[in-house]
Amino acid sequence: MIPLYWFLAFSIALFCIGLFGVLARKNAIAMLMGIELMLNAVNINLIAFWRYFFAGDAQLDPTRAFAFVAIVFVAAAAETAVGLALIISVYRRRTTVVANDMNLMKG
Amino acid sequence: MILQILFIIIAVVTLVSAIFVVTAHKLMHAALWLVLALFGVAVLFAFLEASFFAVVQVLVYIGAIAILVIFAVMLTRRVMDDSGPQLIKGWWVALVGVGALFVGLLAALGTWVGFQAGPGPSPDPALLTQLGSDLVDPTKYAIPFEVASILLLAALVGAIYIAADKKGGKE
Repeated sequence: MIPLYWFLAFSIALFCIGLFGVLARKNAIAMLMGIELMLNAVNINLIAFWRYFFAGDAQLDPTRAFAFVAIVFVAAAAETAVGLALIISVYRRRTTVVANDMNLMKG
Repeated sequence: MILQILFIIIAVVTLVSAIFVVTAHKLMHAALWLVLALFGVAVLFAFLEASFFAVVQVLVYIGAIAILVIFAVMLTRRVMDDSGPQLIKGWWVALVGVGALFVGLLAALGTWVGFQAGPGPSPDPALLTQLGSDLVDPTKYAIPFEVASILLLAALVGAIYIAADKKGGKE
C-alpha cells in the first residue's frame, strides 16, 4: 500500500523541478518543457486525490476528476501547440529562441 | 511491499529525468529526457488505477506533445548547438526559491490530517463507460467538453497560422 503523501511529495518535487526549468532556462523551448512537467505534476495530484478519496464512492461522482484531468490534458496540448508556433515564428523573424533576446517591444 | 519498491524506482527515474530535462546542455537531449519523464508519469497513473489516463498520457504527451517539442527543437537547430551556458546568470536564486517552495509546500501539507491516508476502495471498472456518457451528457460535462474541443481546434488553427511561412521561404 502506497500512502497518499508519497504521491503528493512526488508531485511537489516534479512541480518544483518544472518551475526551476521555467525560471532558470534561457531557451524558450526548454521553458515550455518545464511547463509540461508542471502540468504533469498537477495531473498526478488530481488523479491521486481522486484515487484516495473519490474513486470507490459512487455518491461522490467519481467521473468529476476524470473530466477535470481531461480538460487539463486539452489545455496542455493547446498551450504547447500555440507556444511552439510562437517560438518558431519568433525564430523566423529574429533567429533566436533565447527568451532574453525577444525584446522587440522594449523601449 | 513490492509495489512500494516499484513506486520508489519509478519516482526516482522520473525525477532524475525531469532534472536532466531542465539541466541538459543540448536541447535535443532534454526533449528525449522529457519523453522518459512523461512515461514515468504514465506509469504512476497506472499505479493510481487510472488506466485510461495512463494510455492518454502516452498517446497525447509522448505521442503528440513530445514529438511537437522535438520538431520545434529541430526547426531551431542553429540555436540548439549553441555552446554558451543554458541557464541564466542568476539560476542559483531560482534554485534557492524553488527549494524553499518545495520545503514550504511539504511542511504545509505535513500538517494536514489526510496526508497519511491510505487508498480508498478500488474504482469500479465501469467508471470509464460512465465517463464516456458523462462527457456528452448536457447535465454533466457536455459544455466543458465542447468548450475544450473548440479551444483545441482554435489553438491548432492559430498555431498553423502563426507558424506558417508567409514569405514563401525567402528571408
